[in-house]
Amino acid sequence: MVIFTSVILLISSIFLGISCKAETKDAEIILATTTSTYDSGLLDVLLPVFEEEYGYEIKPIAVGTGEAIAMGERGEADVILVHSRASEDKFIEDGYGTERFDVMHNDFVVIGPEEDPAGIIGLGASEAYIRIAETGSPFVSRGDNSGTNKKELIIWENAGVTPEGDWYLETGQGMGATLRIADEKSAYTMSDRGTFLSQEENLILIVLVQDDGILFNPYGIIPVDPETHPGLGINYEGAMELVEFITGAEGQDIIRKFGMEKFGQPLFYPDVIKK
Amino acid sequence: MDIIWEGIKQAFILIFTGNREVYDILFLTIKVSGSAVFLSMLLGLPVGILVGLNTFAGKRFLVAVINTGMGLPPVAAGLFVTLLIWRSGVFGFLELMYTPSAMVIAQVLIASPIIAGITLAAVQQINPRLRQQALSLGANRLQVLWVLIKEAKLPALAAVMAGFGGVISEVGAVIMVGGNIKGETRVLTTATIQMVRMGEFAVAIALVVILLVLTFIVNLILTLIQQKEGSIWIKRSLR
Repeated sequence: MVIFTSVILLISSIFLGISCKAETKDAEIILATTTSTYDSGLLDVLLPVFEEEYGYEIKPIAVGTGEAIAMGERGEADVILVHSRASEDKFIEDGYGTERFDVMHNDFVVIGPEEDPAGIIGLGASEAYIRIAETGSPFVSRGDNSGTNKKELIIWENAGVTPEGDWYLETGQGMGATLRIADEKSAYTMSDRGTFLSQEENLILIVLVQDDGILFNPYGIIPVDPETHPGLGINYEGAMELVEFITGAEGQDIIRKFGMEKFGQPLFYPDVIKK
Repeated sequence: MDIIWEGIKQAFILIFTGNREVYDILFLTIKVSGSAVFLSMLLGLPVGILVGLNTFAGKRFLVAVINTGMGLPPVAAGLFVTLLIWRSGVFGFLELMYTPSAMVIAQVLIASPIIAGITLAAVQQINPRLRQQALSLGANRLQVLWVLIKEAKLPALAAVMAGFGGVISEVGAVIMVGGNIKGETRVLTTATIQMVRMGEFAVAIALVVILLVLTFIVNLILTLIQQKEGSIWIKRSLR
């Protein structure tokens, strides 16, 4: 099998030419990020501006925070843009990233069917989760180790409930897909506000719980430490320029304005230059 | 129901107004799957013919390996290629991860066993007397091989169609090794997934319509060649 693949690799590289990649070698940045920044459409407006001005080519890989961090740990990404503060701090402590920079925030919302069978409307997040578990109302979790999933698990822990049983469903997919599944099943779920707003017109679910401190959702950007991964060709310089752009006046301004036109409210709030 | 009509309408608008992004996605799909099928033919056809026509020790084992490869789950191919070509992998230095080349490699891994397997089964069906007849008419080894390859031409086309069908509809492997990067490694299938994730159902339907039309056109062309060849072949054997 390995020999077979090696043969394929060899033939393919001869055919497709390694020529086309060589010129962009140092101008390429792999950004591992969460599905929320991507699925909301933010990166589609943010990255082209950066590429144009700084002359880099960005490869955004939209996974979940868990996988994005794992990519950084293995040195498969040059920079990560994620939302799970505890994991981010650990990432730096373990020496995989050089420094964390604030980028923006939004918040999580607990959503569910209008009939609200568990009666959670207006409650705090932890109380709401206790009610959902007590009434055995269906709750859809991403279950994918993403930042959203990690936040959800923190709330369950805070509520003193172990989420398991027939009523607790794990999709293993991104926020967009999970919202659809919750919608079809008339179940509760938790989403970052940005993804929920960008999908709202396709959903019957409504926001039931919000504005609780525990639901605060900050995003950070961390360049991967090239010294931890010698020989893998990590583009630290490019990563730092991306950080500079995203935390700079122009990047922050794009973040502030994003979503205003389409949704009438911002999906993310810049954290460095607030105005 | 509305959304489906809206999607089909959207498909026509996107195709006929020459939407740049959709065309890029379409051409990349054709380029990646086309190269993959072409390379798979170069690998799969000779392997299928040689294994099918020769007897040697371990042949049954090899045939079993090829047959297993025909059912190789695309995600297994994707994971396998990922492990080899990511930065810390054996072929990391080639910098192939998240490029169309990586997608081609994964697709070749999926399609070549399908092409080899079907070709193999086909050449084994060829009447063994044909070979002896050719030999008795004074053909050398190469000429015998040529005669046999000509006989296997029709099933080989079927093999190519099956291989093409296997890769054009594939998502798991190409999303893993390609990363679904807009404008670079986003093909029709992964773009559809992305549009569903973003709640853009009309565009998703449009992309699926385009994918179906593309698959149909390719198979129509191959079928026409096959049927034309087929009728010639029948006429010749009746003579």
